[in-house]
Amino acid sequence: MNAPHQIARKLRVATTSLSGCFGCHMSLLDIDERLLELAHLVEFDRSPITDIKHCGPCDIGLVEGGVCNAENVHVLRELRENCKVLVALGACAVNGGLPAQRNNLDINQCLSQVYRNADGVVQVPNDPELPLLLDKVYPINEIVRVDYFLPGCPPSGDTIWKFLTDLLTGRTPRIEHPLLKFD
Amino acid sequence: MFALETAAHPENLRRIAIDPVTRVEGHGKVTLLLDENNKVHQVRLHIVEFRGFEKFIEGRPYWEVPVTVQRLCGICPVSHHLAAVKAMDQIAGYGPLTPTAEKLRRLMHYGQMVQSHAVHFFHLASPDILLGFDSDFTRRNIVGVALDHPEIAKQGVLLRKYGQEVIRHTAGKRVHGTGAIPGGMNKALSLAERDEMAKDIDQMIAWSLGAVHMVKQLHETNPGFYNVFGEFRSNMMGLVRPDGALDFYHGALRAVDADGGTIFDQVDYATYQQVLEEEIKPWSYMKFPHIKSLGAENGWYKVGPLGRVQAASFLSTPLAEAERQAMMALGGGKPVHGTLMYHWARLIEVVHAAEMIRDLLNDPEILGLDLMADKGPRRHEAVGVIEAPRGTLFHHYRVDDDDLVTYCNLIVSTTNNNQAMNEAVRTVARQYLDGRVITEGLLNHIECAIRAYDPCLSCATHALGKMPMTVELVDPAGQVISSLSKG
Repeated sequence: MNAPHQIARKLRVATTSLSGCFGCHMSLLDIDERLLELAHLVEFDRSPITDIKHCGPCDIGLVEGGVCNAENVHVLRELRENCKVLVALGACAVNGGLPAQRNNLDINQCLSQVYRNADGVVQVPNDPELPLLLDKVYPINEIVRVDYFLPGCPPSGDTIWKFLTDLLTGRTPRIEHPLLKFD
Repeated sequence: MFALETAAHPENLRRIAIDPVTRVEGHGKVTLLLDENNKVHQVRLHIVEFRGFEKFIEGRPYWEVPVTVQRLCGICPVSHHLAAVKAMDQIAGYGPLTPTAEKLRRLMHYGQMVQSHAVHFFHLASPDILLGFDSDFTRRNIVGVALDHPEIAKQGVLLRKYGQEVIRHTAGKRVHGTGAIPGGMNKALSLAERDEMAKDIDQMIAWSLGAVHMVKQLHETNPGFYNVFGEFRSNMMGLVRPDGALDFYHGALRAVDADGGTIFDQVDYATYQQVLEEEIKPWSYMKFPHIKSLGAENGWYKVGPLGRVQAASFLSTPLAEAERQAMMALGGGKPVHGTLMYHWARLIEVVHAAEMIRDLLNDPEILGLDLMADKGPRRHEAVGVIEAPRGTLFHHYRVDDDDLVTYCNLIVSTTNNNQAMNEAVRTVARQYLDGRVITEGLLNHIECAIRAYDPCLSCATHALGKMPMTVELVDPAGQVISSLSKG
C-alpha cells in the first residue's frame, strides 16, 4: 500500500451514517491494523465511533447513507458547512442505494400495513421526537455539493485506505480496478 | 404502565436529549424530562430511523432476498443472510442441508459472532470501561484506547479482522457477501483457505479468553458497581438444542423467567407468532415484543448474550462453559441481571464461537464438495430464525407461484430488547441522575447502559413515519426541489 509520508499536522475527519446500514463504517474499520496507523495521521471529530455529537471545523467529511428524513438533512448540512472536502461513501450516499427501493411506494400505505396491531387497529408512531420523513430517499448530492464519490456496497477497506491515503498526502485520489467495485 | 415511561404532566418539565446516541450502530436518541429539582419523570429511548424493508421486499424474487436483506445492517449482515436463506431453503423445497453446507454456514456465522462482538466490545464499548464512564469525552473512543492500552486495542482489531476473514472465505466478501443460497452454499472451501484460518485460531481463542479475564478482573475491582449498574429483573430467551445447549445457528425457542424457571421450552420457531406478539407505542418506530401468555406488562424479555447464555443449560465447548459457570456463580444459582454483565457474557460467546471455529476447521467435512441439498416440493410460507450476535432474529416470508415475495415479517434482535433497553436507561436514570446536576459524564452513564445491549438500530425499524406537517427539500441554491404535506 502507499504509506503516507510525514504530514505537518493531523487532519480532522468527521464521519456520519445517514440512512445507511453502517456497512461503510465497518469497511472503514476493515483497514484493520492500519486503523492504528490512521490514528497517527488524523483525529476524528463527529463520528459514530466517537462521543462528539456535533461537527466542528474539519478537513474531511465521510458520509454514509442516503437522505431519508429531516434529521439527515440537518446532519448533512452541518457536515458540508464544516468540512473542506465532503465524500459520498458507498452506494446509498452516491445514489440512494437499496433503501431507495421505497421510492415507488406510498408512505401511508406502508405505514398502515406495518403499524397495524393484532386487532387490526392502525397506530402509527407520531411523537414529535421522531424526525419527519421525506417522500423519497435522496442521494446526498441532491442536498449539498459533494467533492468525491466512492462507490461500492460497501467499498472495501483497501479501497477506503487507498482513497484516504491519497487524500491525506495531497494526491488526487485515483481508484482503479480491482479496488473500484460497485457491489 | 411502566415506571418513568410517561410523565403525568410533561408540559412543566425540562427536556434533555442525548442525540444522537453515539458508539452504537444506527440512529437513536434518549429524551429525559426533569423537574426543577432535577427529579427524573420520564425516560425514553427513541428509534428514529426509517427502514422500509418488509414492504419493498414484496414483489421481489425470493432468491434475491438473502442478499438484499443483508443491507438492513452492516455489522451483522451474515445474520440476515442466514435467517433469510433458512426460510428460502424451505420455500424452494430443499430437504436437509448436506453436512458440508451446514458446516460452512456455521463457520460463516461463528466468524460473524467473533467480528461483531469484537467490534462492539473493543471499538465501541471498551472506551467507557477502560477509560472511565465520565472520562474526557473527546478521547473516549477507540483511538483513546489505542493510545492508553495499545496491546488491548491491537488484539481487538486483530480479533475482529480474523472474524471478518472467516466471513470473506465463506461468503466471498467481508460485508454483504453471497455465500449461502437456497438449498446450500455456492462455493466450497479450499485447502489453502482452511489452512490460513487454522493457523491463527489458537491465538484467537487465547486472546478472547484474555478479554474475558480482563472483564472478570475489572469486575473484581468493583463488584458492587458492576453487579447493580442498570440492574433489573426480566425474562430471557434464546435458541437451544434438544439437550438444552445454546446453539447460535439452529435450535428451538426457550424462555425462562428472572429466576431461571422455564416459561416455555423446545418451541418450534416456525410457530413464533403463537408465543410472541408485538406492541406499538407512538414515540418509537421500534415495536415492543412480549410473550403472549404473560401479557405486555410482564411478558417482555432480554435476548442477546446475557439472555441466551442464561436461558440455555450449557455451552457445548469446554473453555466457554467454564467461563459461563464462573459468571453464573455470582448469582449463587440464580441468573445475574446487571446490565454491564452483558459485556462479560458477550466475550464468553466470543470464546465459544472461536472454539466452534477451531472444531469446524479440524473437521474433514468442511472441505467437502457436496454443497446442495436434494429438492422436493415447493412451499409458500416459511420462517427462518437464527441467534444473531444481538439475539434471536426472526425472518418470515410468503412467496407465490411466480417466485415473488408476497409477505415479509421481521422481528430483529434489537427489537426483542426494546423494553429491556428502556428499563435499563430508566434504572440508570434513577440510580445516577435523579436529583443531581446533569453533566456530560452522567448522561454518558445512560449511553453506557444502551451500549451494553449492543443495539443495532439500523436493523430495528422497518416502518415509515407519519408526517404531520410540510417537509421541503431544498437544493444547495435554496430552490425547493420537492415538498410534501400531510394532515
